[in-house]
Amino acid sequence: MTETRDPILSVRNLTLDIPVGGGTLHAVRGIDFDLARGETLCIVGESGSGKSLTSLAIMGLLAPRIERRADRLEFDGVDLLKAGPRKMRSLRGNRMSMIFQEPMTSLNPAYTIGDQLTEALLLHRNVGKKAARDRAVELLEKVGITAAASRLGQFPHQLSGGLRQRVMIAMALMCEPELIIADEPTTALDVTIQAQILRLLVDLQREMNVAMILITHDLGVVARVADKVAVMYAGELVETGPAGAVFGQPTHPYTRGLLRCIPVPGKTERGAELGTIPGIVPSLVGDVSGCPFRTRCEEAVAACRGAIPLRHRSDDAHAFRCVHETGMATAEVSA
Amino acid sequence: MIKFILKRLGLALLVALTVSAISFSLLFMSGDPAAAIAGETASGEDIEAIRRIYGFDRPVLVQYWEWLLGALQGNFGESYYFKLPVADLIAERLSITMTLGVCGITFALVTAVPLGVAAAMRPNSLIDRAALLLSVMGQAMPSFWFGLILIVIFSIQLGLLPPSGSSTPIHFIMPTIVLGYYAMPAIMRLTRAGMLEVLSSDYIRTARAKGASEVRVMFRHALRNAIIPVVSLAAVQMGFMLGGSIVVESIFALHGAGYLAWESIGRNDLPTVQALILVFSGFYIVFTFLADVLNAWLDPRMRTA
Repeated sequence: MTETRDPILSVRNLTLDIPVGGGTLHAVRGIDFDLARGETLCIVGESGSGKSLTSLAIMGLLAPRIERRADRLEFDGVDLLKAGPRKMRSLRGNRMSMIFQEPMTSLNPAYTIGDQLTEALLLHRNVGKKAARDRAVELLEKVGITAAASRLGQFPHQLSGGLRQRVMIAMALMCEPELIIADEPTTALDVTIQAQILRLLVDLQREMNVAMILITHDLGVVARVADKVAVMYAGELVETGPAGAVFGQPTHPYTRGLLRCIPVPGKTERGAELGTIPGIVPSLVGDVSGCPFRTRCEEAVAACRGAIPLRHRSDDAHAFRCVHETGMATAEVSA
Repeated sequence: MIKFILKRLGLALLVALTVSAISFSLLFMSGDPAAAIAGETASGEDIEAIRRIYGFDRPVLVQYWEWLLGALQGNFGESYYFKLPVADLIAERLSITMTLGVCGITFALVTAVPLGVAAAMRPNSLIDRAALLLSVMGQAMPSFWFGLILIVIFSIQLGLLPPSGSSTPIHFIMPTIVLGYYAMPAIMRLTRAGMLEVLSSDYIRTARAKGASEVRVMFRHALRNAIIPVVSLAAVQMGFMLGGSIVVESIFALHGAGYLAWESIGRNDLPTVQALILVFSGFYIVFTFLADVLNAWLDPRMRTA
């Protein structure tokens, strides 16, 4: 959709199919995006829209039964579609790393924080144990953990959720990756901790000039940190573009619906009803054609069952998929 | 960790004391011991005389105390039947039983754990189905029947292995297989179930995301967590093998402690039975304690328990 100069990650027509009892679940369909060094892409969408699967597909961590297809899936010139398990292992945890949603269960209960922090470094770099531990202490300090050296000997169950997520972030940064994928890194945390962790993540991302994909369903988060936004619905990217453009001129009916659900300080009146999007996400099993949002869309017309064109707003980087030229049926009629 | 070990050790000693009291009380639960020693033809005066000689006329608590003091020094009294110190009798038989038990559990573990891991790596694959078949067979076949089949094939028809006795290591091959194969299915199924559960956990995905190889993921990250229930099960089975391998010892004419227990029960040889019960439960206590310590080493969360 959006061409980026010299992207570190380039995805074209990524499609993920999952064989299920009654046929094939078309979980992700035809996703395109580019990501440059130092950029943050936020993928927004509701649960089950395929955000996490997309990130696992990039990391090569999909369950074997899931079929991954794409026209292009390139990481810094490496064709990930052709990369074998050995090649992928040499990238994972080294040049691309991932932060998961559940800090409570994402650390191995049997090993110390120090063991788990140094593991990636010892696997990928030719460093000694001492140097690895020094690096671990340095990063624990960087993610705001006090008494860092003494934490190395502690076990995950001795740390709180917020501390564990800081450890996960430090772990992802051990080898100075060029790409970080953070899959809802704050969802499992207390609201007060969420903001801290997010700020930390974004500060580190800027400081290290690393590309980041932040997966979230929290639009407030997106507005604060994203360079680019990709709105995902039922396995498709319905709208993508620079954060300012997508928030300033939300075009796809789903994006507009999502933004109506958020109260705006000073604008939303007390007691006023917040927007909701009626209906449920369609089943993606079997034949999936047309616009997936049409069953819930206020602007739906007969043409929504057919092929949906990719359209661009005035800013070429801002794109959406809709039968209506401006995302609105009324506008099309008047045009 | 040291605090944990001391705590478990204290618990183990309490259990041992309880078991000793129960095993001592067996002497009186099974009827008048003096009458049993004297035999069927003895007169009432003979029985009274024996009662006095053996000290059965004294208060029960005094008898228990003396017996316990003796037991702690390795003196379990004299066998009614052999007229020999029970301790010597058991020591002689125990080496056979322990050899068999250690070989049996080792055989069970080295076959069951790798098979369980392999089955969990590829559920519903050929190797998983083969492992299931093997474990169902092991569970379904009675030991005495499997033992006899082995004797028929390897001793009688092929003439490869001796059918009975305990004089050389070769004599222990078939008993080890029979005993180990009996314990193998449960260990295998538990390893498989544990691995399947652990492999679907988030921290395994984290390990893969770090670029760890499949072998490293399996053995370093998954097995250590999956093996914890297996350790507890193996400890119980080890205790069972050391105490209850009577069937296998009888088939292969290995005169071990299990066989001695069986014989002594038939002979009403109560001091021997008492001592054996104490020794067998001692094994359970020791192995359970070791399993607890091993598990606490494997899983740091248990150290606070």
